[in-house]
Amino acid sequence: MRLAEAWRVAWDALRANRMRSALTMLGVVIGVASVVLLVAIGTGTKQRVEQQVEGLGSNLLLVVPGRLDVGSAPAVSPLTLQDVDAVGRVVGDPSRVAVTVASGATVRAGNREDFTTVQGVLETTPTVFARELGRGRYLTGSDVDTGRRVAVLGDSVARSLFPDREAVGQQINVAGVRFRVIGVFVPLGQSLGVDRDDEVHIPVTAAQRLYGTQRVDAIAVKAPDRERIDELGERIVAELNGRHPGTEFSAVTQEQILGVLGDILGILTGVLAAIAGISLLVGGVGVSNIMLVSVRERTREIGLRKAVGARPRDIGVQFLLEAVLLTSVGGLTGMALGVGGALLVAALSPIPAAVTWWSLALAFGVSAAVGIVFGVVPAQRAGRLDPVVALRAE
Amino acid sequence: MSRAPAIEAVDVSRTYQLDGVSVPALRGVSLTVGAGDYVALIGPSGSGKSTLMHLLGGLDRPTAGRLVIGGREVGTLSPPELARLRNETIGFVFQAFHLLPRTSAVDNVALPLVYRGVGARQRRERAAAMLGRVGLGHRLHHRPNQLSGGEQQRVAIARALVTDPTVLLADEPTGNLDSTTGAAVLELLERLNTESGVALVMVTHDAEVAARARRRIAMRDGVVVADSAALPGEASVLGEARPADGGGGR
Repeated sequence: MRLAEAWRVAWDALRANRMRSALTMLGVVIGVASVVLLVAIGTGTKQRVEQQVEGLGSNLLLVVPGRLDVGSAPAVSPLTLQDVDAVGRVVGDPSRVAVTVASGATVRAGNREDFTTVQGVLETTPTVFARELGRGRYLTGSDVDTGRRVAVLGDSVARSLFPDREAVGQQINVAGVRFRVIGVFVPLGQSLGVDRDDEVHIPVTAAQRLYGTQRVDAIAVKAPDRERIDELGERIVAELNGRHPGTEFSAVTQEQILGVLGDILGILTGVLAAIAGISLLVGGVGVSNIMLVSVRERTREIGLRKAVGARPRDIGVQFLLEAVLLTSVGGLTGMALGVGGALLVAALSPIPAAVTWWSLALAFGVSAAVGIVFGVVPAQRAGRLDPVVALRAE
Repeated sequence: MSRAPAIEAVDVSRTYQLDGVSVPALRGVSLTVGAGDYVALIGPSGSGKSTLMHLLGGLDRPTAGRLVIGGREVGTLSPPELARLRNETIGFVFQAFHLLPRTSAVDNVALPLVYRGVGARQRRERAAAMLGRVGLGHRLHHRPNQLSGGEQQRVAIARALVTDPTVLLADEPTGNLDSTTGAAVLELLERLNTESGVALVMVTHDAEVAARARRRIAMRDGVVVADSAALPGEASVLGEARPADGGGGR
């Protein structure tokens, strides 16, 4: 039998049992759609995170206690402002060094309040992290040196506390201490469902007094050039190791952060795809099941076809094509649904989704392969049927 | 007529294995179907006539003996080769018609040509011409459930003959039809036998039907007990009856 003819026969057979074919396909449709959608979300998330890490500013080194690695727990920081000065000396330019000591706190203004992240920082933050002020001014060196109670608000905090007034010049109350608002950041928007404008910057000295601590959580350095960034990191780590024997420090670059985040998100995407793959497998078992039913139902047809000259192979190919047709039509439908779902998720929710051609190719290839794998047994069974027995079947 | 025999069976046996027990269905049958023969195969249920039909049609292979169909020794053929032999030399007509549902008459008739690799257009032309010969030229695009029993059997006959076989095997072809329709179908088979020279081998319970054949082969307990071709003056004289006690399980 010619292959085109076999395709037509397979198509007719599926059309003859429309409801059953549709329900069998549904398993594959759901499997493929979820593979496409979940891989799109994983890929989109990865792209978004990479953009954001790159958006932090160029030539950035983050100095943290402990190791930056998948699965390592954050360590309590032994770093102090003296260490920051030491790092500044290593770098040779204190204006390239930023710090943060961050804590969640309730911020009040009048009868309004907002729970937000209050970060103690140096005046160098806008330079190191490329942050822009929307209005007012940022912290100065003297604000930091004197621990002045002044604050720069993220856009969301400003809107929340002062919905109908200009925030700059107003008083806010952070954990029972009054601060004066001196500036508001340009909005950054959301990332991964997190509002990046939900923060308040105050002088690190004021923050340490507020939280009753001497520590700083992390130090960030904007390296003068890209080529010597690793060497600079090593010198900083050596300096800090000398100052804090027994504690390990890491200086990591954006590339390293991207690598670690990429690993995490890659694993996440893989796990999602594997879960979706299981549903595709279940769909395949459904195909196998329905093909066995179909072979049994059409035993007489198989007998007749053999009587008039169909070879075992002709019959096998016919049933195999039927299974492949089921899964590939299901696969195409699932791809369309997955792509549609990904576009919908990207448009209507903060979750990013990026459909990649390889996930489509993979999903379609896998669904066609599922048809072959799960169609082979029923097809062989059909092909090997004894025509005499088959013709007698009820 | 002295053409080469269409089918030649020499001491053919067929034993089935049922749950480890050997059940002999045919026990040493020898007969020859000549080109253009008209044979009625008669006998009670369980006499082995269905088994013999399946063997003569190349649907099954003998467990012993020599069976030659269209010049080819069946015992040496693989399943695909046997399929090809059926396609080229045998036409089947069944009691239950065995038409594909949801498939037009013309496509049902064209089915054997599909497995011969004939293109769609030519298939339809030949199938339509064949349907014309069985008197259904006006029913090409009807589906089996839109046709009467007699018409369905005519479609099945057209399907059996569309490949131009040398032997037409009909298993109780009138068994599912009323007597008037059955008679018409029988006349059609006889006419085709005469016109195209295709040998007609028909299994039947009906003594009246059997009486119309030029040759009658009677079976009982897996052996041929009578073959009228053994009588002088018949078209084929090669068939021979074996004694009822002879040649079991070879």
